[in-house]
This record gives sequence, C-alpha cells and structure tokens, in this order.
Amino acid sequence: MSDLNSNIPEGELTTKWTKYKSSVPLVNPSNKRTIEVIIVGSGLAGASAAATLAEMGYKVKCFCFQDSPRRAHSIAAQGGINAAKNYQNDGDSVYRLFYDTIKGGDYRAREANVHRLAEVSANIIDQCVAQGVPLAREYGGLLDNRSFGGTQVQRTFYAAGQTGQQLLLGAYSALERQIGMGKVEMFTRHEMLEVVKIDGKARGIIARNLITGEIERHFGHAVVLGTGGYGNVFYLSTNAMGSNVTAAWKAHKQGAYFANPCYTQIHPTCIPVSGDHQSKLTLMSESLRNDGRIWVPKKKDDLRKASEIPEDERDYYLERRYPAFGNLVPRDVASRAAKERCDAGYGVGASKLAVYLDFKANTERYGRIEAAKAGNHNPDKETCMRLGTEVIKAKYGNLFDMYAQITGENPYETPMRIYPAVHYTMGGLWVDYNLMTNVPGLYCTGEANFSDHGANRLGASALMQGLADGYFVLPYTIGAYLSKEISVKAIPTDHPAFVEAEARAKGILDTLINIKGTKSVDHFHKRLGHIMWEKCGMARNEKGLKEAIEEIRALRAEFWRDVRVPGSVDELNTELEKAGRVADFIELGELMCIDALNRNESCGGHFREEYQTEEGEALRDDEHYAYVAAWEFKEGVNFELHKEELKFENIKVAQRSYK
Amino acid sequence: MSTGNMNLTLKVWRQKNNKTKGALVDYKVSDISPDMSFLEMFDVLNEQLINKGEEPIVFDHDCREGICGMCSMFINGRPHGPKDLVTTCQLHMRSFKDGDTIVVEPWRAKAFPVIKDLTVDRTAFDRVIAAGGFISVNTGNAQDANNLPIPKIQADAAFEAAACIGCGACVATCKNASAMLFVSAKVSQLAQLPQGQPERYRRVQSMVAQMDAEGFGNCTNTGACEAECPKGISLENIARMNRDFYSAKFVSEEDI
Ligand SMILES: Cc1cc2nc3c(=O)[nH]c(=O)nc-3n(C[C@H](O)[C@H](O)[C@H](O)COP(=O)(O)OP(=O)(O)OC[C@H]3O[C@@H](n4cnc5c(N)ncnc54)[C@H](O)[C@@H]3O)c2cc1C
Ligand code: SF4
Ligand code: FES
Repeated sequence: MSDLNSNIPEGELTTKWTKYKSSVPLVNPSNKRTIEVIIVGSGLAGASAAATLAEMGYKVKCFCFQDSPRRAHSIAAQGGINAAKNYQNDGDSVYRLFYDTIKGGDYRAREANVHRLAEVSANIIDQCVAQGVPLAREYGGLLDNRSFGGTQVQRTFYAAGQTGQQLLLGAYSALERQIGMGKVEMFTRHEMLEVVKIDGKARGIIARNLITGEIERHFGHAVVLGTGGYGNVFYLSTNAMGSNVTAAWKAHKQGAYFANPCYTQIHPTCIPVSGDHQSKLTLMSESLRNDGRIWVPKKKDDLRKASEIPEDERDYYLERRYPAFGNLVPRDVASRAAKERCDAGYGVGASKLAVYLDFKANTERYGRIEAAKAGNHNPDKETCMRLGTEVIKAKYGNLFDMYAQITGENPYETPMRIYPAVHYTMGGLWVDYNLMTNVPGLYCTGEANFSDHGANRLGASALMQGLADGYFVLPYTIGAYLSKEISVKAIPTDHPAFVEAEARAKGILDTLINIKGTKSVDHFHKRLGHIMWEKCGMARNEKGLKEAIEEIRALRAEFWRDVRVPGSVDELNTELEKAGRVADFIELGELMCIDALNRNESCGGHFREEYQTEEGEALRDDEHYAYVAAWEFKEGVNFELHKEELKFENIKVAQRSYK
Repeated sequence: MSTGNMNLTLKVWRQKNNKTKGALVDYKVSDISPDMSFLEMFDVLNEQLINKGEEPIVFDHDCREGICGMCSMFINGRPHGPKDLVTTCQLHMRSFKDGDTIVVEPWRAKAFPVIKDLTVDRTAFDRVIAAGGFISVNTGNAQDANNLPIPKIQADAAFEAAACIGCGACVATCKNASAMLFVSAKVSQLAQLPQGQPERYRRVQSMVAQMDAEGFGNCTNTGACEAECPKGISLENIARMNRDFYSAKFVSEEDI
C-alpha cells in the first residue's frame, strides 16, 4: 500500500540506529567547511541542530522571526522532558519509554523512529547538564524526576515550571557560542517565505528582513525547517502569538508532503476562556496532575463554592473511570473526559466550561511528611496545610502565580478551574527516518515534522524529540545526504530558481497590501479559529467536517477579497506578517478537515464521534487506517493522499486501555 | 463571559523608524474588561486603528505568558507597569481604574535603539552571551548526568539566576542604562555550577568587555534593576560577578 519510502534501516529494531550510525557515510572536515546548511528556527530543534552542525564544521545560517533566538516558543514549555534513565529505579527502560510512546500515540507512529528517540533520550539529559542547565535536584545532589500522564514510572526531568526555558537557554548558549566564533550566521527578525528548489533539490530560501521589509535570497546545500507547530490555526491555543505554519506550508506547496494534519493535541489543563477579548490560552502544566485531583460536583448545576461541596458529593471522574492511571491518564483521554462532564452539565465556574484541579489532598499529605521530618508526628490540619503549601510552592510556584495573575483567584486556597485547549500538533511535514521530507535536501525537525508521536503526544516528549532531532539525529542523517553533495559549489543567488521564488514571495506580499479591504487580519483569523474549534476540535463528525470545508473555502475567498493590511511592504509591518500567516492557516485548516474526514476511525487526538466504544473511548480501525496520511499539494488548493503503511513488528497492537 | 466597562486614555509613543523623531499620541479606548491583559487592551486599540484606516501600534510580544521576555513597555514610568514581578503580557487591566490616563513608552537606553513605536533592538544582549555566556562543550559524549552531583542548594541558586528572561527591563529602568543585572545573572548561574568552573574567569572578563563595548552604562548600585526585574533576579548576582571580575585580575593567565 505504501507509495512512500520511509528509508527505515534493515535489521533488529534495537540495533537499527547503532548500525546506521556506524555505517553512515561521513563528510571529511575540509569538505564540511565549504558546505552550507540553512536552519530555519531557533527553538529546541533548530538551535540544537545549528549549534551541533556548526561544531561539526559545517557553515550554518540560522533564521528566526523573533528578535533573539532565545525567544523561540520552546521557551514556554513548563513541565518537563522525558528520558529513560531509570534513576528512580522504578523499572524504566528504553523499551518501556518506546512502548509508552507508541501506545500513547494510539499506534499511529513509526516504530523505528520512536525507538531511536527512546535510545537517545538519556544522552539529552547528559548533554544539557554538561551545558549547565540547572535541572531540579534532590538533597543528595542527584537529579530529581516527576510523573507525567500516560506512564507509570517517574522519568520526567524538570526545572521547576520552566523546563523549556532552561533547556532552550542551554541550546541557545551553545548556538551563541558558535555565533561568537563566526561559525553560525544568525538572522533574527527574518521570516522565511519560500523554499528554493533547483533540479528537484532544496537549495535555499527566500526570507524577509522584518525590520526593513527587504527580501533576501540565501543559498544552502541543504535546508532544515525547525519551525514549530501550527496550533494557532485555532486562533486560541497555548502557542506563542507568532507560532505559525508558513515555512512548512510553503515547503508543502513546493512538493513536500504534509502528514496527519488532523492530529491535534488538546491539553486537558488550561486556564478556561474568560471573554471574547482573549488572545491566547495559558497552560497549567500537566505535571500538576501529579499532585492534583480532578473533580466536578456530583450534582448538576451545583452553584456552591468548591470548599462548600463535601467529599462524598464530588465526582473524581478520572479516578472513577481509570483506576490504574487515575489522574495520570494521557492527555487525549483526560481532555475528552472533561468535555464529557461539562457537556453533561456538571461543569463549574461562570462559563460552566471548567472542572476543578484540586491540590488539597496532596498539600496536606506533604505537610504531614514535612511535620514528621521536623519531629512532629501529630500535626493539626492547619500545620499540615501550611507546611504542605510550602512544598507545593517550591514545586509549582510560578504556575500558581501565573494562575493567580490571570484569573485573579488564589489557587492555594481554592482549586484551579481548568478546561482543555489546543496545545500541540502531531501532524507536520512528512519525513523519512533521516528526517528528510520527500523533497531531497529539505529536512524537517521538532514539532514541525509529523514523526514520533502518532495520534497523541505524551507529555514531556516534545522537548525530548526537539533535542533528540537537533543534537543527536540530524547531525548524522544530514551527513549521509551531504556526503554526496561535496562537489556542488555554492550556487549564486541570481540563479533563475531564486529569482522565481523571490517573485512568488513578493507577489503574495504585494497582493495582500493592495487588497485594501475592510476587515482586519485578526477578524479572519478568529473566524477560522471558530470553525476549526467547533468542527475539527476535540470531537469531529462527518457532517461538521463537510460543512467546515465549505465554510473555510468561502472564508478564503473573502479573505483575499476583503482583508485590510495597513502600511507598506518596505518597513516593519506586523499586520503584513500576520496576514501572510493567516492566509496559510486558512489553506491548512481546509486540509486538516479533509484529513479528519478521510480518517474514518478515532485515534488519540482525532476523535470522530461516529467511531467510539460503548464506554465512549476512541475506536481505532487498524485494518483500514494503520497508515500515515501524507498529502500532496496540487494546483489551486487541492490535495492528493499518499499513504505510508505502519508496521508493528515489535509491539502488539491492542485496544488502548488505562483502566 | 466578562464584558468590560473601563474607559481609558492612552498616551502612546509613536515613531516610524529610528531615523525619524517620535512623539506621544493620545488614544481613547472603551469597554475594557478587567480580565484583559495589557496587551489584549492594545489589541483592542489596534483593531480600532485598523478599522479607521490607521496603522496599528507596533510592540514586541510573543509568548504572552511572561517567559519569552519579548514584551517591553514603559507604563506610567515603570518597565512592565505598576505591578511587581510581572511582565507586560501578565499585567491585567484590573490593575488600573476606569478613567485612568496611561502613558506608554519604549525601553530607553543607548544600547537599545528604537526600531518602531514601542519596539527596540535588544540584540546587544545576544552579543554579550556570544562573548562568553556559555559552557564550552560540544554535543555528544557528555558523561552521565548523575556522575556530577550538585548540592540542591547550589543547583537551586543557579536556577534562580538562570530564570532571567532577557527582557531588558533592568537596563531600561537604570539611570545609567547598565546591563549589570542581566550579565551578572548569567555569570553567576554558571559560576555556581561545577561545569562552569574551567571558564569562570575568562567568561566574566569577556562578557564584561562586550557589555562595555555595546554602550551599556556603569552600575552605581542604585538597585532600580532589582526592583523592576519581573523575575526577581537578585542584586547579589552583581556582587558575585564583581567578586569574580576582580578575582580574575589576580588569576594567572594560564588559569584564564
Ligand atoms: C505552554 C506550553 C508548554 C509546553 N510544555 C511542554 C513540556 O513541559 N514538555 C514538552 O515536552 N513539551 C512541552 N510543550 C511543547 C513544546 O514546547 C514544543 O513542542 C517544542 O518546544 C517545539 O520546539 P520546536 O523547536 O520544534 O519549535 P519552536 O520552539 O516553536 O521554534 C520555532 C522556531 O522557528 C522559527 N520560525 C517559525 N517560522 C519561521 C519562519 N517562517 N521564518 C523564520 N523562522 C521561523 C521561530 O522563530 C522559532 O525560532 C509545551 C508547549 C507549550 C505551548
Ligand atoms: S535581569 Fe530581570 S529585568 Fe534584567 S533582563 Fe533579566 S529578567 Fe529582565
Ligand atoms: S510576551 Fe513573552 S514575556 Fe511577555
């Protein structure tokens, strides 16, 4: 069935990567100096790759649209990063991490990639610690771990609620070191607008200097996109405001397949929407579920305050439905369960679209332990709560402060109100085992590619994948390609392919500026987001998806007729930047719905209402849908489906159960 | 859903680019909800401007979660506004009153030239990091992380210094536009870790040299930086960095 070659090496699963590494062709050091690599993105995936490739001797150019690589969206990740270190001696292993990830992804990820990810996970922690990343430690001086959803071991490394920040600053400092040595040329406030292809291979990009508006041409023997996820297609999401799909989408339009676009992860613990003004949603890290219990009142429309509802009138619905994993079920399961309770009328708060995340039980328990440490074996409740609050503060203080800041409520006193929100996109550019798209020389890493997470990502695995790709995978696999390119001299940027790509990029900018319509870019973005959330969000069905496709097409036509972009193209123009991104989101939105409509099953973050078990769990159809859906862009805005069959040789595919 | 009823007058710095002069321009916004963040209030204003056919106000922002360090506004004379320990994106309108007049300006410092409206160029910070704000370790072959135990207290202290988001409020608020708090945070994070020792003295010297070359002013220990830092980075870092900087002069060349 597959018409795509994933280039998975032959042999035993557990030795594929080791064998690959020791047999892959190398590029000799003097050749590396003449080979140029373009890396778009300076998040965990981009910065780690740029730093490592420069260390290896390649000439690297790195791009980001923020003012500094340190501000890439990875900076916002809160909870942690997984690694199969088994430091806690609780039975963790490479195989277990591999297994949990495949199962968590509802058997829609590629075994070979996931196993490699699990294998290199341990090296990531070593590398980061060597860089001076201050991960949390125990009193004995060793690294601390905590739990995340979808697993029964403690394998998550963290730095308070700022793990992404610390990991990114580690990669950023490695990158800055190379910049300082002149081995990486950094282009901040630059947006990539086109891929340049020569003789079918990616050979450069067109970028816009966001300060001056100038369009620039950049050559590279290979191009790597580490440009992050596209969750902002929903307008409201936990992503940073600038996160967008443009780089991947433009590559898609140049022939790179877009895989599994409909797989969106909805994160169960976000601060609920408070009004129409809202520009983004804020995550409360999943690690909180470690210490929090989730509940709603047993009575419908219960207007009492949380503190006035006695224990036996609370429904701890996750513990009730999933006794084995309880509050630590994976995200897709937890999100759907919250929606189910709210839809059934048990939601809390003014909007009724929220459930409680309550820390009281564990606060008290921690307090008791602290009191015992201090020799008090019979502490009163108040003492327990006071001491326990200190422990909670140390673990999650910044998240609690953020919650208080946004909601005006004190989460140390009353439970948090949380609701699911769009968080992460498992879909992205299709890549083979080498992280190369189907366009030779065009690579894609981190959240921007589709690999490794299947239909649902387990918490703390995105940071792991971003750094695995950038530090440990791409540096090997790109060498395999570049070893055959050593005789290619730098191609001058007056080559017709550059001229043509530049004209394409300019044409779009000029068109946008000249529409001079009546509605702002945000107006269109919000409408798109509304369609996507209502019809391609936490639950989808055939009817809704068909409607959504029609609505999005109409919205696209209206956008190109009536959008208003003030200012000009040759200056810093944030509305113009947004307009280009929203134009791409509109096209992507349509493809997401088409993909969701094609997949007549439920799996992970893709829940088709028509396909569920009697208990309301996702019902997969392995016979017909155990494939990666890779879409090819066609003239106009049309898409053709290609399939990569998924083979499970090492894991027994089973109905996913967390009971 | 909350609907707002606050009405405000904003005086906002408008400047087309760094070759033209800027000025404060008055704007009125209405129906502002106390649950909005300061930046969401700006979104409302910008939407109004676009509808009138005017150019929206340009300001830097990205995460809107208080962690990327990108947002940067002087609000009523204070970086990130009237509340302590928050960034502009985490400042909510409930911190203001109906009828208030709010003055909004960009960061002011020679080393942070204005690009447009409220957006300034903070790349000087990156160059200071490139000068030495790292541990020189290539990828691969790092020893097992637990072979290097670090006492929790020390790790926590390093973490506290590492929490700097590079926003530049410390520079903007300092009467000398000094970057000492920012630079000392990185110096002291790495100086407190065993991994940071080999380059400890070289690091502080190169970072300070770059800081001076970028045109940041001197530190005269006024403490405004600490008071305005959204992440509570402590002045102790400056003391620690000064100690290392002076010690570096007495460390023999081979040790640097
Ligand atoms: C609030 C939040 C919390 C999270 N917490 C966790 C967690 O605890 N654990 C975990 O594992 N994961 C977490 N995640 C997910 C994880 O942070 C991301 O998936 C991951 O950081 C993505 O990294 P990346 O390098 O692929 O992309 P990003 O960090 O998004 O980087 C994208 C880069 O590409 C650049 N770029 C994009 N488009 C262009 C263009 N056209 N031209 C030039 N440059 C461009 C950007 O400037 C940026 O540098 C969290 C995500 C969010 C939103
Ligand atoms: S020290 Fe504080 S104020 Fe200065 S850049 Fe860092 S976080 Fe911002
Ligand atoms: S926008 Fe990121 S800190 Fe304010």
